[in-house]
Amino acid sequence: MSSFAGNGPGYRWDWSIIFTEPYLDWLYTGLQLTLIMGVAGFGLALLIGVPLGVARTSRSRLISYVAKLYVDVFRNIPLLVQMFLWFYVIPEILPAALGTWVKRGMPEPELTTAIVCLGTAGAARVGEHVRAAINTVPAGLIAAAHASGLSGLQINRYIVLPLATRRVIPTLISEFLAVFKNSSLAMTIGVLEITAQSRRILDFTFHGFEAFTAATVLYATICILTLMLVLPLEKRLRVHGLMASKV
Amino acid sequence: MLGFDLEVIVASLPFLMEGMKVTILLTVLGVMVGLPLGVLLAVARMTLPAPVPQIVFSYVNLCRSVPLLLVVFWFYFMVPMLIGRPVGGYYSVQIAIILFEAAIFSEIVRAGIQSVGKGQLQAAHASGLSTWQAYRHVILPQSLRRMVPILITQTIILFQDTSLVYVVGVRDFLTTATIVAERESRVVELYVFVAVVYFLICVAGSRVVERLGNKAS
Repeated sequence: MSSFAGNGPGYRWDWSIIFTEPYLDWLYTGLQLTLIMGVAGFGLALLIGVPLGVARTSRSRLISYVAKLYVDVFRNIPLLVQMFLWFYVIPEILPAALGTWVKRGMPEPELTTAIVCLGTAGAARVGEHVRAAINTVPAGLIAAAHASGLSGLQINRYIVLPLATRRVIPTLISEFLAVFKNSSLAMTIGVLEITAQSRRILDFTFHGFEAFTAATVLYATICILTLMLVLPLEKRLRVHGLMASKV
Repeated sequence: MLGFDLEVIVASLPFLMEGMKVTILLTVLGVMVGLPLGVLLAVARMTLPAPVPQIVFSYVNLCRSVPLLLVVFWFYFMVPMLIGRPVGGYYSVQIAIILFEAAIFSEIVRAGIQSVGKGQLQAAHASGLSTWQAYRHVILPQSLRRMVPILITQTIILFQDTSLVYVVGVRDFLTTATIVAERESRVVELYVFVAVVYFLICVAGSRVVERLGNKAS
């Protein structure tokens, strides 16, 4: 960490540094890795999180309890600790051959581990959003559906699913951004994503301001682009009468 | 794996406790200073004329669109430069956490204030209170009470997020555990222990929030 101490007063600005090779290339590969982790991690989070949220609303005590346990475990351990558990601890407690494969055999061990970590942790939060969305479907609607002769399956298909889906999509977008930002933690297990690359540029050039500004701009741009793409969608999805008041 | 070695944890418990103290200090100061700052930001954004709301808006959204990890690096790098001499990692990350949390808290507080309703402010104005008095005596007491569960939730999140100071070598709970793990070659024991301790503390906090939530509804 001594690299920080090298910056005395009289800082010399040089913005061209981030547009020079190899530093521009470092930032570019960093951006690619951050995006891969954001998209793949969020995909995994949906894959686990949606069934998880549905399971939490299950009438079966056992199923909802198991789902609650999953959410509690993944939400109450710091993400960085989860990262270390996946990376350092899991390979040790697996059978030796499998552990070695996880550490070295599988493709891109660090990146894959990071995606699994981000996805499983994100799933807990996605599950909570899905559960909340299902629970906001008014009981009166369901009672009315029962009264008009719809079966349980039909009620879920035609009443609960369409309303809950529209309700949950905006929250899922903020979850995507959370996974995207949390992917910076992957630098601690050796994935050279945006934050790690900006640290590396600082170490090589002592131009910390420029390097961190570049990283900040990259993160902020992707957040803004994502929001610009999805805000119109959110407006169109709003169910009039049921979602008049913003939560 | 050669069995779970509890002795190494017991032996290093005093050292780990020192780390936990730093973790708690980072969290407590983060809330005790970050929350009042957040209230100020929220009220300033809602009452002061341009360009103050725009500046607060930009600050809050900048904080929300970058990872806390990058913010920690920013401050670890900038604070010594601004002060002109090395101040040690702890002060840098403490400032980073306070300023970052102020942005997060200000959004929570703003939502809470909006939930109180315009009628209260108008009534306060009508009875002769100034805007600041209205916020101080009418709006904030009501809205802060409603926000207690979500503020505790945010505190639990912050308690977990302070572990990020690991990246700049500040000796919090996770960093001290890592030091022991590497010295004793006991990675499994130490990280499992760290996970269990964080889990128990955070679950206890979550249960408090659930109780409060049940009471309110």
